[in-house]
Amino acid sequence: MSGDQAYDELGARLKEFEGRPAAVAGVGKDPVNTAMIRHWCEALGDTNPAYTGPDAVAPPTMLQAWTMGGLTGHRGRAGAYDELLGLLDASGCTSVVATDCEQEYLRPLRPGDEVTFHTVIEEVSARKATRLGTGYFVTTRMEVRVDGEPVGTHRFRVLKYAPAPRAPRTPRPRPVVNRDNAGFWRGVAEHRLLIQRCTACGTLRHPWLPGCNSCGGPDWDTVEASGEGTVHSYVVMHHPPFPAFDPPYAVALIELAEGVRMVSNVVGVPYDKVRIGLPVRLVFRRYDEELTLPVFEAVNR
Amino acid sequence: MRAGDRLPPLEIPVTRTLIVAGAIASRDYQDVHHDPELARQKGTPDIFMNILTTNGLVGRYVTDHFGPTAVLRKVSIRLGAPNHPGDTMVLTGSVEATDGGTAVVRVTGTNGLGTHVTGTVTVTLPAEEATP
Ligand SMILES: [Zn+2]
Repeated sequence: MSGDQAYDELGARLKEFEGRPAAVAGVGKDPVNTAMIRHWCEALGDTNPAYTGPDAVAPPTMLQAWTMGGLTGHRGRAGAYDELLGLLDASGCTSVVATDCEQEYLRPLRPGDEVTFHTVIEEVSARKATRLGTGYFVTTRMEVRVDGEPVGTHRFRVLKYAPAPRAPRTPRPRPVVNRDNAGFWRGVAEHRLLIQRCTACGTLRHPWLPGCNSCGGPDWDTVEASGEGTVHSYVVMHHPPFPAFDPPYAVALIELAEGVRMVSNVVGVPYDKVRIGLPVRLVFRRYDEELTLPVFEAVNR
Repeated sequence: MRAGDRLPPLEIPVTRTLIVAGAIASRDYQDVHHDPELARQKGTPDIFMNILTTNGLVGRYVTDHFGPTAVLRKVSIRLGAPNHPGDTMVLTGSVEATDGGTAVVRVTGTNGLGTHVTGTVTVTLPAEEATP
């Protein structure tokens, strides 16, 4: 549904980071050096003679390694990138995984070269659902320089995501029971759908209210609904998802046979089979230990 | 060197040592690359190889084949299924296009879970080796 993006306020905020610097004039912690080159080659089993001896160059794929912050990080990193990651962390996208790396090497790096780097936040994707979880792809583009001359570029994409292992299911919201509607919920507890009736003029009303809309009378009694009704109107909820609900689902305004209307769910039929005029019948569905609600099933008449 | 040429496969045993040594040699101290317990807390069954190591191995695969005079110009990779300890990654490659002394090599690395990496490497060879 195209509406997905429209609701993604976080995505819109993240998008504003595009073009902002992630590192300005970062300085490599170590100059290019034979020790780190050798450690890399040992780890990766790379025996290329170009990386040893008096004329050694660094393996080009080490480009990013010269810019890494190691255990203590870099000082003076531009605030935008940290701010971006902070927003993602706060939204639950606490995990990160690198997905893409695109490097171009303009000239070999040699021992003694001192690299500086400038990084820009190039792109923040729309929210994506992945196998790992839902999150955002953040692409940065780094230009690496030695003595002010570009020696390579490094485009890097990470997925910052909320891990997929699902939290225990959130219970359905509780009804707010107050003095004015307590009688309705007592009825539900007894599997009776009670409609308020004004004792002055006899008008039925739902939802429950302290006074009559027709005559203003404060006194009332109740009528038990037969449970027959039709769908007067409905919406299908796709987005945004609420933790206790599995979209898509139909929320319907049911017109009871007695003439009053109530908001409920139509259950037992696919959401896309719900139609205006669909005949329905009341059922009480138990959602958890403490919650039973009046909902409606489609009936064939 | 012609388009369509295939590089011989390279088998890389994905040991715990390779994953940790590669992460540290690339200055990447993210816990998911060396601490199994913290990796599990983040929803992955074990530590996994970092992208810099994969990038280095892809580069090594191409220069191993073309020799020490070959110069890497571009390496672009995309990661898929993670490289966990105990797995084996098999790198395969083929020359996609050539232009004078420059070749574009398509590289794929598969492991027990599926495709770990797909990538493209642009490499330049000295003149005498470029024309057979
Ligand atoms: Zn009344």
